[in-house]
Amino acid sequence: MSGHSNYEPKSGFEKWLDVRLPIVRLAYDSIVDFPTPKNLNYWYTFGGILAVCLGIQLVTGIVLAMHYVPHVDYAFASVESIMRDVNYGWLIRYMHANGASMFFVAVYIHMFRGLYYGSYKAPREVLWILGCVIYLLMMATAFMGYVLPWGQMSFHGAVVITNLFGALPVVGQALTTWLWGGFAVDNPTLNRFFSLHYLLPFMIAGVVGLHIWALHVPGNNNPTGVNVKSKEDTVPFHPYYTVKDGFAISVFLILFATFVFFNPNALGHADNYIPANPLVTPAHIVPEWYFLPFYAILRAVPDKLMGVLLMFGAIATLFVLPWLDTSKVRSMRYRPTAKLYFMIFVLACLVLGYCGGQLPDNHVIPGLSTFKLIDADLNSFVWLSRIATLYYFSYFLILLPVLGLTETPLPQPESISEPVLSHPASMPAGATAAPEKKG
Amino acid sequence: MLRKGIALAAFGLTVLAAPVALANAGAAPVRETEFSFDGPLGTFDQAQLQRGYKIYREVCSSCHSMNLLSFRNLGEKGGPFYDPKIKNPNDNPFVKSIAKDYQINDIDSETGDVVQRPGTPADRFPNPWANEAAARASNGGALPPDLSVIAKARHHGAHYIYSLLTGFREPPAGLKISPNQHYNPWFPGDLTSAWSGDPAHVPAGGLIAMAAPLAPDKVTFDDGTASTVENQAKDVAAFLAWASEPTATARKQFGLAAMIYLLIFSGLLYASYRRIWRNVAH
Amino acid sequence: MADTVVGANPDPHAAGEDPNRRDFIHIAATIAAAGAVGSLAWPFIDQMNPSGDTLALASVEFDLSKVEPGQQVTIKWRGKPLFIRSRTGKEIAEAIKGNTADLRDPQVDEERHKPGKAEWLILVGSCTHLGCVPTFGGGDFGGWFCPCHGSHYDTSGRIRKGPAPKNLAVPEYTFLSDTKVKVG
Repeated sequence: MSGHSNYEPKSGFEKWLDVRLPIVRLAYDSIVDFPTPKNLNYWYTFGGILAVCLGIQLVTGIVLAMHYVPHVDYAFASVESIMRDVNYGWLIRYMHANGASMFFVAVYIHMFRGLYYGSYKAPREVLWILGCVIYLLMMATAFMGYVLPWGQMSFHGAVVITNLFGALPVVGQALTTWLWGGFAVDNPTLNRFFSLHYLLPFMIAGVVGLHIWALHVPGNNNPTGVNVKSKEDTVPFHPYYTVKDGFAISVFLILFATFVFFNPNALGHADNYIPANPLVTPAHIVPEWYFLPFYAILRAVPDKLMGVLLMFGAIATLFVLPWLDTSKVRSMRYRPTAKLYFMIFVLACLVLGYCGGQLPDNHVIPGLSTFKLIDADLNSFVWLSRIATLYYFSYFLILLPVLGLTETPLPQPESISEPVLSHPASMPAGATAAPEKKG
Repeated sequence: MLRKGIALAAFGLTVLAAPVALANAGAAPVRETEFSFDGPLGTFDQAQLQRGYKIYREVCSSCHSMNLLSFRNLGEKGGPFYDPKIKNPNDNPFVKSIAKDYQINDIDSETGDVVQRPGTPADRFPNPWANEAAARASNGGALPPDLSVIAKARHHGAHYIYSLLTGFREPPAGLKISPNQHYNPWFPGDLTSAWSGDPAHVPAGGLIAMAAPLAPDKVTFDDGTASTVENQAKDVAAFLAWASEPTATARKQFGLAAMIYLLIFSGLLYASYRRIWRNVAH
Repeated sequence: MADTVVGANPDPHAAGEDPNRRDFIHIAATIAAAGAVGSLAWPFIDQMNPSGDTLALASVEFDLSKVEPGQQVTIKWRGKPLFIRSRTGKEIAEAIKGNTADLRDPQVDEERHKPGKAEWLILVGSCTHLGCVPTFGGGDFGGWFCPCHGSHYDTSGRIRKGPAPKNLAVPEYTFLSDTKVKVG
């Protein structure tokens, strides 16, 4: 709750500073004393993990920019020079490349958490929308960043995505030429992508500041979805959640380290180690794994413009989610029907991701040829993508609005403390039973 | 909740593995073999790297450039001619003598003419061709790829290179190929249009412009290792894997230390967490 | 402030312990965190040190047979000009005579060349005043003259007249043979 501040400056310097720029007070109120629901589970640690990811990307990125040359004739070689000649260059480069993937792993879990626990519902709509803005900025940053090494995938991925804008009527071609700075993806494109790739993360940092501010006004949501009723329901952020977030971060870093040190190219594509050649298109152009679901949606639609609109529509739908979900109950813990549909939604997203990495006409079940429906065999990734895309949009546009009105939720607890203390396993050792008697 | 999380993670990792299924489409699966540098704790075998370098020098370098490597890299830690007593690879006598054997293009500072001079450790490996057009003209229109990062630029890396180099064989009857092409089951491609046999059994692989480069006893190994095509292919694949990522061993060593540290650190944080939360019902 | 943890529902019947920040495990965890950050800081600092390709050009070998007596060859070394001068007997004699002159940066000629190789003078061709490249043979002392602000150097490269504070720098070098020298 953004309420009264308990900060008391101790030293003379602290008092002097507090009167002029209460920054220590701000830090104290936000990350030390901040009352946080005491029942947050590990799904709630991904915000902190994301902050660490952003820090890692910023530091490694700024350092890489000291050595990288954003020119088509030198870009690929400068990256290899970083890998071979710059002291610890290989470490910094692999941290940055794998850090981007880790950033998206964390952001997807963070978003699914928000969807499940209803963290986007009133009064946290702006918090959710700011999160969507951060997600958009992340995607733009990641896309431009992948172009910079100027490998085959960098180049042809840039060609495909910038060509999408050409689908827009009237302004499409002029817009694409403007983006390219020429008649095709070439040096002007690379140079401006480098400039913007350096800029956008600082904009992300700014929006993250707003995101945390918007969180601290109402305070954190929690797994029950029930509002904090009293101080009994909360613990101060430090040391309770600094240590929990710290532990989660260190486990996350273990996953990060396995990629960086033992399989640094697993999440990339071998073709990106071939220098870009505009005259040769790779056999399979695939974006990085975190874009695959949207790639699948794009290719599911036979019409180019509709595919583009649907792909952007999939992201735009997220922005209006707070007004699509009509349920008065926040957390899907107490919405059994919605929970089931949510699980299918997660499955649909994973299926879309899988489809995005396959050739559209390949058989889903190998060897089985069925019949041709409209433009492709039914047993093809195109049709699987279409089914999953249909579910994706139905979930937001039909299911959530309808379910909120029709389903019968489970009884929710009166408060955060109530279900905790009535669960025997969570009782601290030596505590008395029947805490209701505490009064 | 945790079980769901693990199930999701498992599915997610399957999604990540999926693109590999598309890799080398149409090619035969890579041959089983073991390299000393496989695995999280693998290292390069220096003797193998030296043999591999010799094969590159005597066989491959006549057509394939390696223009992101310098001679001095051969003397760096983990490289084929590294000597722990010589800290600066530019002073390494093997490196200097290897460099001197190459003729490097340079400008005469007095006349301005293009001249050739013996290489120094700081020089890059020179390109066998003056430019791309010259390379294509001498190779039937095909461009021999640069080998600097070839092991990272191909799925399955050194295993693929080894399979490819040992994979040249007579094309099956029914496969129409032109004189500049050579059949190799491990080269990715689609032979449906060149195949006149049973359409349900198109041979695996593709047509590569390079003829089989290795032959028994083509290169003499100074350490007495048998110069079979099998050994040559393994050694040059190992050398190219090193060339693609000379810091691989350093990376794995750093990684081992980092993992141990992170595991201990996580343990400490977990204990700290449990201690702090001990008295809170949650 | 840790005491406000009381508001976080500790069991009132427990032995009055609250998460005491001074517990060993917390100190250990904090130290481990600081250690991780510290040891990760080194790669980020070291990456700004000269990289492998820069260090490769840090030393250069030069064939002295290209330099005629009385002539100077200028090459680029570590981004700066390097003078390799073959001195005539007369120039060496003048340099030795200058040993006893009133020098701003006192050095005898013997300190500025290798023993037995007085004819070879190898100097960094950067004026010690503000870094311009002095011209060969000019000035009042037959050594070098810097046109920017009028510094005169003698045939040993010592500053004799003008604003430069120090003699032309002698880099680290060794003779690999009578005709080959390695600088740096």
